[in-house]
Amino acid sequence: MTIRKVCTEMDDLLSEFLTETNESIGIVDASLVALEQDPGDESQIDSIFRLVHTIKGTCGFLGLPRLEAVAHAGENVLGKIRDKELTVTADVVTIILEAIDVIKDILATIEETEHEPEGNDADLIARLNDVAFGTAAVAAPSAPVPEPVAETPSGQVSLDELEAAFQAAAGPEERDLKPGEVSLEELEAAFLAAPGPEEMAEPVTQKAEAVSQDDNKSGGERAAKESSLANQSIRVNVQMLENLMTMVSELVLTRNQLLQMVRGMDDNEFTVPLQRLSHVTTELQEGLMKTRMQPIGNAWSKLPRIIRDLSHDLNKKIDLVMHGAETELDRQVLELIKDPLTHMVRNSADHGLEMPSDRLAAGKPEIGKIVLEAFHEGGHIIIKISDDGRGLNVAKIGKKAIESGLTTEAELEGMSPQQIQSFIMRAGFSTAEKITNVSGRGVGMDVVRSNIEKIGGTIALSSEEGQGSVFTIKIPLTLAIVSALIVECCGERFAIPQTSVLELVRASTNSSSDHTIEMINQSPVLRLRDHLLPLVHLNDILKLETAADEVADQSKARGAEEFIVVIQVASYVFGIVVDRVFDTEEIVVKPIAPILKNLAIFSGNTILGDGSVIMILDPNGIAAVSGDGIVNSDNTERETVADSQRQDDKTALLVFRAGSQHPKAVPLSLVARLEEIDVASIEDANGRQVVQYRGQLMPLTTIDGKQSVLQEGRQPVLVFSDQDRSMGLLVDEIVDIVEDHLEIEMAAKLDGFVGSAVIQDKATDIVDVGYFLQKCFGNWFGMRDARPFGQKKGKQKILLVDDSPFFRNMLVPLLKTAGYDVTTAENGVEALKHRELGKQYDIIISDIEMPEMDGFTFAEEVNGDGRWSETPIVALSSHTTADDFDRGRAVGFSDYVAKFDKDSLMTALSQTLKASGSSR
Amino acid sequence: MTNSNMQDYVTILIADQLFGIPVLKVHDVLRGLKLTKIPLAPPEVAGALNLRGRIVTAINVRKRLGLPELEVVKEGMSIVVEHHGEPYSLMIDNVGEVLSLDQNGLQPTPVTLDSCWKEISGGVYRLEDKLLVVLQIERLLDFAGNTTIAA
Repeated sequence: MTIRKVCTEMDDLLSEFLTETNESIGIVDASLVALEQDPGDESQIDSIFRLVHTIKGTCGFLGLPRLEAVAHAGENVLGKIRDKELTVTADVVTIILEAIDVIKDILATIEETEHEPEGNDADLIARLNDVAFGTAAVAAPSAPVPEPVAETPSGQVSLDELEAAFQAAAGPEERDLKPGEVSLEELEAAFLAAPGPEEMAEPVTQKAEAVSQDDNKSGGERAAKESSLANQSIRVNVQMLENLMTMVSELVLTRNQLLQMVRGMDDNEFTVPLQRLSHVTTELQEGLMKTRMQPIGNAWSKLPRIIRDLSHDLNKKIDLVMHGAETELDRQVLELIKDPLTHMVRNSADHGLEMPSDRLAAGKPEIGKIVLEAFHEGGHIIIKISDDGRGLNVAKIGKKAIESGLTTEAELEGMSPQQIQSFIMRAGFSTAEKITNVSGRGVGMDVVRSNIEKIGGTIALSSEEGQGSVFTIKIPLTLAIVSALIVECCGERFAIPQTSVLELVRASTNSSSDHTIEMINQSPVLRLRDHLLPLVHLNDILKLETAADEVADQSKARGAEEFIVVIQVASYVFGIVVDRVFDTEEIVVKPIAPILKNLAIFSGNTILGDGSVIMILDPNGIAAVSGDGIVNSDNTERETVADSQRQDDKTALLVFRAGSQHPKAVPLSLVARLEEIDVASIEDANGRQVVQYRGQLMPLTTIDGKQSVLQEGRQPVLVFSDQDRSMGLLVDEIVDIVEDHLEIEMAAKLDGFVGSAVIQDKATDIVDVGYFLQKCFGNWFGMRDARPFGQKKGKQKILLVDDSPFFRNMLVPLLKTAGYDVTTAENGVEALKHRELGKQYDIIISDIEMPEMDGFTFAEEVNGDGRWSETPIVALSSHTTADDFDRGRAVGFSDYVAKFDKDSLMTALSQTLKASGSSR
Repeated sequence: MTNSNMQDYVTILIADQLFGIPVLKVHDVLRGLKLTKIPLAPPEVAGALNLRGRIVTAINVRKRLGLPELEVVKEGMSIVVEHHGEPYSLMIDNVGEVLSLDQNGLQPTPVTLDSCWKEISGGVYRLEDKLLVVLQIERLLDFAGNTTIAA
């Protein structure tokens, strides 16, 4: 019903192109007619030119030469009009419309056959060129050309207008929201089900009907002319659906309140209408949910083909099994996981599975198996990709990790096999000894991981050598209605998703009830039937310690009677101790505010029937926080991996004193060595203190200049290295090495410090190593010091400025795959906002033709201001005449690349980056 | 870009200091809504509240600016703004009138200001009797751990 459902066969890129182009053509049609009536309207001609230009550029990229040629000729004419070398007359408009019609015809054929039709447009192109360049009489076309737009029934115009309105609705701030594609029927059903005052529901319904009527009409009468794709679905901004969803949630809550009120009275006159309201509300809610949900199978549809091709290329026999293709998830999430999934399946086929001969030798069936599985679990969607291939070689990965500088041998010693295997998901890591054209180019699992983490998911892997690997992706449902248990702790209420709750137990610390909480070295446990259940106190986990709690402590009331919510996370069962348990409620999970995203303990928040906001606890988060000991006992590997990743979040810190009694710390990974030097060996050279160290002169510095250096004896020194240089920081005393979460809570006011953090319950200043390196070596480190401290070699940052969402969508993955960190902006004005926010980029890629501010003006702006004047800009345009090239150079573009030539774009990028000296 | 130079600001008062927020950024002005505390959240986050079905994160602006809490807890005022599509409610002392100011009169932030004030200030207007600090919402809300703290 939606585009994707209609033509899953069709190449996604092509289908997206068709949808976008059909929309653009509709706008061009209408704008041309408007232009004819008001030839002086410059904004019209600009927008027409831009749309045609985009169509042309995209055709070039997709290899549609016929379409490109026609669009190009049309663009020439439009360009002349724009440059005021040609006046708008009926004849000119007619011939452009003729070109548009040809484009429409070609598009229709492409839609049916996925190929450009055979044919020759030389005549049309010649006439267009005549208009554009020649002096030939413009009235040349003798045959009267039908003007489709002027004569089309009003219905079409209204659809165009509708589309234009939707386009307009997708304002610049919302540009990163992908428009959702919703089938008319579903939307209509939702509208029809809308209860409430008639006058509110009525116009909406009518509108939907108007659209659908129009849909039918165009489907029947103008099937040949109009794209059937464009009419079977309409594009609705996701934000709009989100708003509808919010309103429906409100409706659900109001209904719940009403039901609660009526429940107490029997035989009430409200009962029957209320039942209807309830029924309709439920249906509306479900209908609306459906508009956003799509089966995950949509993301899988291309995989069998990919696997077939791969097995052919690799000479492997592969069997792809897919379970749970009907599992539904949010459309937006689906889009985002599509590429990572494809990549992982490719990986499994290429790296995971062995050659048939090797398999036979290992006693396995000749045909390798890749299993794809999707299911819901505890408010999340779990996707598993498993293969029965060779598994991951821990030793090899370990060796590679050391070579890549990701770890040290000593660190590796203490790691579990899962931890070592997880290295394959770190940036800059590839185990493939041989680079095939399928995978193994060093970008891979780390990109997959970051893509999944971007949408709030996690990825874990477990692998046994010789047996195969299992990757488990866990993605939250961003929009879901779940049933939740409402509990209270320290006067605050929280929701726990019912799906993870096994049972409720009432317990006491004295023997007044069947269940007693017992303690093992301060850790509470519960005897539950034949199991010993580990317990966690919710107030401990949430660090809730209220006055009321202390009172309760004193009166020993605490623990006299407590409620235990028994939770299962994967195979790990534990109990959460809470003060009170209320009933269960249907809640709409709303995502948590971005600034709270790092609170793993909450999976979202919601609004309860009484209108108050409540936080939803994430059982997985609690399980992870509640202690490594229990999590590690006898659980699935998934849990262990999740836990080991958590440990990775901790940073080893070296705590020391220097200058004052106030503790200072530095991440241990930044310290090359700890030394003790004889103060007698400190020499003066070039006005600063140095010491001979490993055959080199190593400069020494103190933390603040005021710190006293011992007169004799030995002084501890922290040695920092960067590349081949080392420097020493003289300290008074090395206190300890601790592992803790490094969370900088206050930014520093002094040079040489990053800020302050709480380490082992003490406020500790975190030293900025970069500052001291720079102090000793000046600008010797060049750009590298400009990076924030503690950051490993960052990806090079690109700002991509282009007004066409299609191009942005196409280029971003391309650039990301090439290892760049990409930010996008819709036009120059948007891009400059990033500058106002103080963002820095290594390179900017900018389109020339853009609304609001074109590429030339933008380049002038960039060069005219100190903040970005050093940043090279590459122009990206199909507009490559010699004039433009010169103009581009003049305003400060470093390079000029044809828009549809990705190879020269990549070359231009790396060359420009090298030239600007920021390339490493 | 080429609009007139006048910019309308909603003025707000925090600890006797006048601040201004561009009027178009202000979605709502609230008074005394029930706040749900969020355990483990950064100290600047006062909690969450329900604004007509939307969950709004409340920011304690005094904490953010390193100011002491109000001794007497009055019924607080809040201004709702949006940042990256998310609503935030800024807890402030009081809301004043809307002022229309000429952008040419905007003075750069004095460099001597406390670093966290410098961060959030988008410049200062000299009014007749007072100074008005332009509040940069993006910076104000940019305190969570996910943003890099530049050295």
